[in-house]
Amino acid sequence: MRIIPFSIAAVITTAFILLFNTKLVLKAPLGKLLSPQHGIWQNAEPADADFSATLNFDQLKSNASVYFDERLVPHVFAEDETDAYFIQGYLHAKFRLWQMDFQTMVAGGRAAEVVGEVALNHDREFRRLGMVFAAENSLKKMEEDPTTKASCDAYTAGVNEYINSLSKSALPIEYKLLGYVPEQWSNLRTALFLKYMSYDLAARDNDFELTNARQFFKPEDFLQLYPTIQDSLDPIIPRGTLFADPTIKPIKPASADSIYFKEAIAVDKLLNPDKENGSNNWAVAGSKTESGAPILANDPHLGLNLPSLWYEMQISTPSFNAYGATFPGSPSVIIGFNDSTAFGFTNGGRDVRDYFEIEFKDDARSSYKFNGEWKKTEFRYEVIKVAGKPDYLDTVAYTIFGPVMFDKSYSGKRTGNTKNYAVRWKAHDISNELLIFNQLNHGKNYADYQAAVENLHTPGQNVVFAAKSGDIAIRTQGEWPAKWDRQGDFIMPGIDSSYMWQGMIPNAETPFQYNPTRGFVSSANQRPVDATYPYYLGYEYPSPRGVIINRMLADTNKFTPQSIMKMQTDNYNVFAEMARPLFLKNIQQDQLSADEKKYFNMLAQWNLRNDVNTKGATLFVKLWSTFYQKVYADEFAKAPQPIFMPFESTLLEGLLKDSAYKFVDNIETPTLETLGDLSTACFKSTVALLKDLDAGKGEKMEWGTFKATRVNHLARIAPFSRFNLPIGGGINIINATREEHGPSWRMVVHLTAETEAYAIYPGGQSGNPGSRFYDNFVDDWAAGKYYRLWMMKKEEAKNERVKWVMQFNKKAS
Amino acid sequence: MRFLSSFILMAVLSFAAGLFLPWWIVGITCFVVVALIPQRPLAAFFCGFLSVGILWAILSFLKSNANHHMLARKVSMLIIQLENPYLLIFVSAIIGALVAGFGALTASFLKGKK
Repeated sequence: MRIIPFSIAAVITTAFILLFNTKLVLKAPLGKLLSPQHGIWQNAEPADADFSATLNFDQLKSNASVYFDERLVPHVFAEDETDAYFIQGYLHAKFRLWQMDFQTMVAGGRAAEVVGEVALNHDREFRRLGMVFAAENSLKKMEEDPTTKASCDAYTAGVNEYINSLSKSALPIEYKLLGYVPEQWSNLRTALFLKYMSYDLAARDNDFELTNARQFFKPEDFLQLYPTIQDSLDPIIPRGTLFADPTIKPIKPASADSIYFKEAIAVDKLLNPDKENGSNNWAVAGSKTESGAPILANDPHLGLNLPSLWYEMQISTPSFNAYGATFPGSPSVIIGFNDSTAFGFTNGGRDVRDYFEIEFKDDARSSYKFNGEWKKTEFRYEVIKVAGKPDYLDTVAYTIFGPVMFDKSYSGKRTGNTKNYAVRWKAHDISNELLIFNQLNHGKNYADYQAAVENLHTPGQNVVFAAKSGDIAIRTQGEWPAKWDRQGDFIMPGIDSSYMWQGMIPNAETPFQYNPTRGFVSSANQRPVDATYPYYLGYEYPSPRGVIINRMLADTNKFTPQSIMKMQTDNYNVFAEMARPLFLKNIQQDQLSADEKKYFNMLAQWNLRNDVNTKGATLFVKLWSTFYQKVYADEFAKAPQPIFMPFESTLLEGLLKDSAYKFVDNIETPTLETLGDLSTACFKSTVALLKDLDAGKGEKMEWGTFKATRVNHLARIAPFSRFNLPIGGGINIINATREEHGPSWRMVVHLTAETEAYAIYPGGQSGNPGSRFYDNFVDDWAAGKYYRLWMMKKEEAKNERVKWVMQFNKKAS
Repeated sequence: MRFLSSFILMAVLSFAAGLFLPWWIVGITCFVVVALIPQRPLAAFFCGFLSVGILWAILSFLKSNANHHMLARKVSMLIIQLENPYLLIFVSAIIGALVAGFGALTASFLKGKK
């Protein structure tokens, strides 16, 4: 044996193995990743992949069949409901495992376990918000209910059967790239997923930011900058509707207007859900359609991701037959229709997350002042695992209000905070939201709908409904705290019970509409009611989409599914309709150069539509944002951070009411600037900015190119994302597509004898970036197309649209 | 003859072992083959290198081709910052080849010089 060369060669071999099997030198373990028998090549699904299979499971009560159509949408036919949920879990896992696993890791404050220290603060904030605490509370209630328990148990078993069938080489590609393995599913993870939706839809607040604004601005300025109702509001429940006297009359503490506005607050949340997490939904009665049958439409606006939040499917059992968008992570159809009814949601958007300042006895935090006594704190020990680092231990104090989210150890993006703020979040309360979906899936009529929606506590939603019987309805449903005027808009004292929520608005006082004479119901996240409703509802409601939707719905009595689809993808900018005249009137044309005049004409001639190819839309949007920033820049220059900025509609309505709007003047200069001065200056600077984009062929100034909508991969892996989609729309527009946010599922259901339904979402049925079904809907979605949905009947098993059959058999014992 | 039979044996064993064992088993299979059927160092190295390199190239090409290279286009952007499936196949093959070649080379030194 030649010992020296042998040793050298052995060392080199070992070194190569280490080099390619670890991340010691390279950023990725390339050997593991690129081995054709282990790595990413295993995820390269054949373009003609066969999804047919015969599977056997002990858990099934009887045999069931799943028929996949040409878009890979499964049509599940089961003899038993729990079998259907078992199969739903299995299919969700088969096509979307990584996303379900990852989203619930994030929801539970466990992102650092996967991505490392960068996510530590995210995890701390989620733990301190009590995400897991909230999910555990919900789970108790969910498991008390036999229906929910059975469906969750079956769903969980289905997911786990799939996970357990996977070899390492068959794991979804993200596990290989990020270097971890899936965990078992559990009912708690379903609860966590639902809490993540609650977070996305019912955790937005600006309480620290608004408290700072209130202590910084004079009271009269504050009122002008932060009104609670917009003039342009066209509420969900039409103005003039009479409301009964409230059964709860919350009492406003005497000190409420003075107590909290002495010093700036040094807390800046790391995370706040997007303010545009909203949606459109509406239903028109048969009296307003060509066919005489109602039509229901819904498009939830959420962050756009790949794999998509939604997975399309049909679930058919002897007791119900539902079709629509499902959540990988949860049983049931979430937005969709069955043989008798259709249902959809928009976000209720009220503020149900408030903060109370806690006074601890001492640094040990073991007791806090409450109603004149020292009350004992409970502690929750949060162990946060961090990839590549030791565990991080966070001790969170729980009070009667909720967990102390911010204290000197954690203040979000800020430091220097010494106060303790407990969070009272409605999603901490015990409730079982899954029941609403289960019951809507079964629902046959309006009474069933009414009974179903009562299960919805948080996140509160505007639930739209239409039935083949001809009924249409909308309810602004949720369990909402009955608040006194401006309660919870600011930080509140937590030394006694006087500032606590004093009760929940009874369900009987939920504003709703049932077959209104105007022949339609609609919601677009606007304020649900006008000022005559007896409870305080918060202030953050966008108005414009509601205005244009209601205008269009009132406009004709000849609706067809096609005209509703056209409306759902409409790019008319109603905000610009209100704001453009201000610019056209006030820009001083005699001060414009010939070039600038050309752009002035572009603005004047723009058709007010944010279509893909228009340049006028880009000019208006940029001009408005420049103008908005200029107006407030001086007043806010010295404001404490974080601070809440006024709504754009507040500025617009301020100017429409009074062209000498006081904030137009630049307080840093001795002269009094007018609206004419400011809009002219802003126009000039906007044109200077856009001229470069407009050079050459000018396509960079076209709205679609300028906006550059994208659908990001959930873990932001760029090659797995889609960029620069040619789609119009935007904020305040029915087609609410922004850069990375927008209509995540568009659905139109015509409730004729044979249901005629259309839908699309910006994704694909498979979560595998190596599948041709990964993003195959995206281009059609951007183009405003829809797919005709197939509510399959069992006897159609031989139909040519059935491309693959998955047979789920009860294992012979 | 010895080269060719070793070449085939290495490919077959590496493929079979790869079904159940980690990717770097290719280094060991080639080591074992040369230990049983000794070759000179240079020949041993190239035998392992080419055998597993070609095996991996074929396997990854077959997977990628059936996939119309959809995934390889994306992953090549991620790993080599170029949208080139064939380059990704080449890189994969080289990694397997290097480990296999050096595994084989190591075994060639088990015997003393003639």
